[in-house]
Amino acid sequence: MSQPSTALLIDFGSTYTKLRALDLDAAKVIGSGQGPSTIATDITEGLHAALADLETQIGALPEFQFRLASSSAAGGLRMVAVGLVRELTVEAARRAALGAGAKLIGAFAYQLTAADVAEITALNPDILLLAGGTDGGNDQVIRANAAALAAAGLSCPMIIAGNRVAADEVSATFAAAGLNVVVTENVMPEFNSLNIEPARAAIRQEFIDRIVHAKGIDKARGMLDQVLMPTPAAVLEGARLLADGTADTQGLGPLVVIDVGGATTDVHSIADGAPTGGGVVEHGLPEPHAKRTVEGDLGMRHGLAGIIDAVGAEGLAQSAGLERSLFDDVVSAIASDLERLPATEEEQAVDGAIARAAVSLAMTRHAGSTHVVQTVTGPSVIQEGKDLGTVATIIGTGGVFAHGDNSARILGAALADPGEPESLRPAAATLMLDADYLLYAVGLLAEVAPEAALRLGRDNLKTLDAKEARHGFGSAA
Amino acid sequence: MTEAAPSKTRNRTLITGVIGADTHIVGNRILSMALEKAGYQVVALGALTPADEFIKAAVETAADGIMVSSLYGQGELDCRGFRDMCIEAGLDGILLYVGGNLVVGKQDWLDVEARFIGMGFDRAFPPGIKTGQVLEALDKDFTSGPEAVEGAVI
Repeated sequence: MSQPSTALLIDFGSTYTKLRALDLDAAKVIGSGQGPSTIATDITEGLHAALADLETQIGALPEFQFRLASSSAAGGLRMVAVGLVRELTVEAARRAALGAGAKLIGAFAYQLTAADVAEITALNPDILLLAGGTDGGNDQVIRANAAALAAAGLSCPMIIAGNRVAADEVSATFAAAGLNVVVTENVMPEFNSLNIEPARAAIRQEFIDRIVHAKGIDKARGMLDQVLMPTPAAVLEGARLLADGTADTQGLGPLVVIDVGGATTDVHSIADGAPTGGGVVEHGLPEPHAKRTVEGDLGMRHGLAGIIDAVGAEGLAQSAGLERSLFDDVVSAIASDLERLPATEEEQAVDGAIARAAVSLAMTRHAGSTHVVQTVTGPSVIQEGKDLGTVATIIGTGGVFAHGDNSARILGAALADPGEPESLRPAAATLMLDADYLLYAVGLLAEVAPEAALRLGRDNLKTLDAKEARHGFGSAA
Repeated sequence: MTEAAPSKTRNRTLITGVIGADTHIVGNRILSMALEKAGYQVVALGALTPADEFIKAAVETAADGIMVSSLYGQGELDCRGFRDMCIEAGLDGILLYVGGNLVVGKQDWLDVEARFIGMGFDRAFPPGIKTGQVLEALDKDFTSGPEAVEGAVI
């Protein structure tokens, strides 16, 4: 081949349209481009602008072998999950939606009330995932919920992943209401067994088949091959490839990816999370190998109030190394101007403290925990969620790590806090940065060019100086 | 597998588990195996199971009965309000069995049994019974319905 094979990876974001042009043979980034997000008018305008930006950097664009895109534009993939018992099929449905890269805007348990149905209608999701009952288990609630939802005047596609006994009737109920409906395997076919991959795949297919069109993203169709998935799903796929590797090349092993955004903090873990200590009893739903959680109340700007609520202003001020009054002033300045990037030293200190708190809290919620139960035969340790204690790699991605130079301290907040031994966070891990924001591109490429994608992802990770990392969020400069 | 089920009543789902902070799993596992062998769908929750988990599992799987084991003498405390929780969760009329070392010390079994029946269990079993006795009781209760069960215990 005279020309190297190249790929163009596009991220239609809520604010920017971002491009990465990659040389697949050399596994190198050729160039990057950025334009505004123009989903509200015509998505191709932003893409043209980003391509022009790329062209100024690398000259005439090559004939790309792959042109793949992910999207979080137009509010992302907004989903509602409905199940039966909150800790069982509702939780399984939530995990399927989050694993598919959705923005979960509602989760409902038991038989839906009129108020629930009204709330779902008002939420107006892009997709509704309906679960409920193990196979052969309860089939009354899913039937009743389908009837209520079908009569509600919703227009979104319905994905059914509940008791298979009821699937045909539920499907017919929605079809009779003129709704698009997809039947897939039960998210919980047997009690406490998690089967979310078929639902995840169905959500992704529905995203490609319908949502991309519904949101106007497919206007860019002529300029690319396919919009494959929501951007968070691409990041999760990228993380999975980095951790698990390919058939021929070993990956990095179990890892955690943390993405601190303006409104939410996403945590992805690629790890089985089995107990590392002996004699530990596991409780609760089995954990997916690739797990994504989203903390909707933890973000640098829109989620600022949530962080202050959770940690307390006093603790944050201390963490920032500022007097309380000065801290309050800076916070109100940030709150009144959400687009603001930190300019002064104080603002950077506050932003650092907020980011550390977001990372620490999001990691704590994502990781499992243990508690001790005293029994007549002595203490018993019960584990809920994933034990990530031995995870050896933590990767930071997203704006907060791109702008600040104190990334090691921010990311270090994910490490286990000796004061909270019950939280099963990584005990000692290499801290790395996805400095060029490539993880989504790695995820998009994972299916078509896995070897090149893996090399690219690995080579572009920047290892941070561990000495700068401290455990927990509370460490001031 | 169907020929292993001698009775039509056994095509039913039963929840088993050891309630409370109790780690004694062996008897419960033997019971679960015997029930499975007899053709029941068994959802085995294992040791250290809080009361509400029995009930949540029964809701999701539309179970026909819950078999609670307790071996460490705290059964009376752990099982308090169990029937009420079932009713609250919409599991009206679900068959409830309890068995094991339900109380501490030497107490008259008839007293103990009456206490657990009073708490809403359909049957209570003392230590040392055979799995066959449980299967027999289940057959009887599922054939004759809950009214007959209540009649039998009064």
